[in-house]
Amino acid sequence: MASLENRYGDDKVYDACGLFGIMDVSGERFSGRDIVTGITNMEERGNGLGAGFAVYGCYPEHADCYAFHVMFTEPDSKPQVEEFLNEHFVMSRREQVPHQRTTELPNPPLIWRYFLCIDPKRIPEEKNGDEEEYIVDKVMELNTSGIGAYIYASGKNTGVFKGVGHPSQIAEYFGIEEYEGYLWTAHARFPTNTPGWWGGAHPFGLLDWTVVHNGEISSYGTNRRYLEMQGYHCTMQTDTEVMAYAADLLMRRHHLPVEVTATVMAPPLWIEIERMASEDQMLARTLRQVYGSLLINGPFTVIIARQGEMIGLTDRIRLRPLTAAASGDRLYLSSEEAPIRLVSPELDWVWTPVGGQPVVGRLGESIEPPMGATLSVQAPAYACAVQSVGV
Amino acid sequence: MGEPTLQIDAGGVHYKDLNAQLRQAVADGAERVDLYNVFGQRYIGTDLHRSVEIHIHGTPGNDLASFMDGPCIVVHGNAQDGCGNTMNGGEVIVHGRAGDATGYSMRGGKVFIRDDVGYRVAIHMKQYEDKRPIIVIGGTAQHFLGEYMAGGVLVVLGLTLRPGERHTANFIGTGMHGGVMYIRGELEDYQLGKEVGQVPMEDADHALLRGLVDEYAAHFDRDAGDILSLTFTKLVPLSLRPYGRLYAY
Repeated sequence: MASLENRYGDDKVYDACGLFGIMDVSGERFSGRDIVTGITNMEERGNGLGAGFAVYGCYPEHADCYAFHVMFTEPDSKPQVEEFLNEHFVMSRREQVPHQRTTELPNPPLIWRYFLCIDPKRIPEEKNGDEEEYIVDKVMELNTSGIGAYIYASGKNTGVFKGVGHPSQIAEYFGIEEYEGYLWTAHARFPTNTPGWWGGAHPFGLLDWTVVHNGEISSYGTNRRYLEMQGYHCTMQTDTEVMAYAADLLMRRHHLPVEVTATVMAPPLWIEIERMASEDQMLARTLRQVYGSLLINGPFTVIIARQGEMIGLTDRIRLRPLTAAASGDRLYLSSEEAPIRLVSPELDWVWTPVGGQPVVGRLGESIEPPMGATLSVQAPAYACAVQSVGV
Repeated sequence: MGEPTLQIDAGGVHYKDLNAQLRQAVADGAERVDLYNVFGQRYIGTDLHRSVEIHIHGTPGNDLASFMDGPCIVVHGNAQDGCGNTMNGGEVIVHGRAGDATGYSMRGGKVFIRDDVGYRVAIHMKQYEDKRPIIVIGGTAQHFLGEYMAGGVLVVLGLTLRPGERHTANFIGTGMHGGVMYIRGELEDYQLGKEVGQVPMEDADHALLRGLVDEYAAHFDRDAGDILSLTFTKLVPLSLRPYGRLYAY
């Protein structure tokens, strides 16, 4: 089946997605060079049916606008989309997302970005002036309209660039190395049971949330139905989409801390809950009762990001890989250690996060390896040895 | 005949080409090969069937030494996931840490990891007649250590634990039905899978352990006497067919 559906001349039959993330917790912005180097090193993990990048802090000149990135699968829908955006927002700037025509990506869709401000008078009364609720509503409205256009990113000062291709191709197509940000995530896709189309590439975004994911969400149906009751509609034909909406619901709407959100998505096993101290046990039991429908079942590793925060999380029994590392103010999250070493040969710490326990980088906070993680300091001696050898 | 010692710059080389170069070097009679600029190339050492020393400078990719049969690989750095996957013979010595599923389905030879390892180390390691794979972990391990282990010897020394700190791995030996584990330090009953039990160390265990700790200490310049001064917990499977009745109606 895989070979029948694969129109891209790729003969790979198995592998896994690759994830890479870099955050500078001091807020220093850096070019996309390292994220491209890192994810390209893991190109083997994908098969060319999807790749993408998310970057935070990339539009400082429009920092107060919501940056809508819109993919037109039906180019004719563009006037309709712009009419919709003009009706609901104040458009501060619009432009086609810059790209190069030189690469060999088949049938790229038209992609535009719109920097939108909100006129408080246009927010319906029942939203109590909540801009973000208004944005979510409008994104869902357009994405479910069936006109052939998808808003796949809608955060302030946040860019998402993705498509069908290898990471190096997508990076070249969008000129990723020319952007700058303080937080980057990237993905190399190996689609398992959903189509490899431009909208289905990672990262998935809503407001300033973005998610890149490796794994399969076997609870997708349950999660999706629960999220639909909360006003989120899945339109991208890929399981990962529910993670972005779940993050928005739990952390923005319900104000849950990251650690509690991780306990909802990847709860401890019941036999572990039974051993917890009574207060922790009460919390864990309550979360499983209240948010049972947002338990993310199946093997996964995700990097969830928003302004000021990068979160790495695996399923509770760690069926997908994640390596974390720190070097000064930089936090790295990756499916493998090698790409981290490639962009930063000398590291302070490298560790394998415990399943279900989030690794969190926060703007302005120093990087602390979590309790229970296994740590290892490696002497970078080999990095120097290379110079002395003529091959 | 080629050179007895050889240096290969692996920078930017795809693993298929790198492993082809290695095979050629071994076929040409190399006794020692140094690989520089290794960044994530997979399966290094696979399809090599005689003794040869391979030094890896960098971070080898997943499934290092998979199906390998004879060489000794020394990693001057960390190893990733699946190190020693279905390895048949030879040695892997990692001067650093290793990722998940180290020694995955290993069938023979030895793996020494200086520091910590990730999840599911020695998963479905097996043994048959004179083939008895051995894994020695210098640090501590994460959950599902020895999952479905079917044979071989797994030693965890806990040398990276701070004073008073204990191993935190849970579900140790879940589904284990062969082989033996020696873990330095004590474990709580809840940390063990349902299919394993603690048994007292016997003279033969001490002798086996002494030899392996001596080897570990020699590889990484540690004091074997210090390591052996603490108590070890010996774990063996409670049944050779834990799931024998699972599908019997």
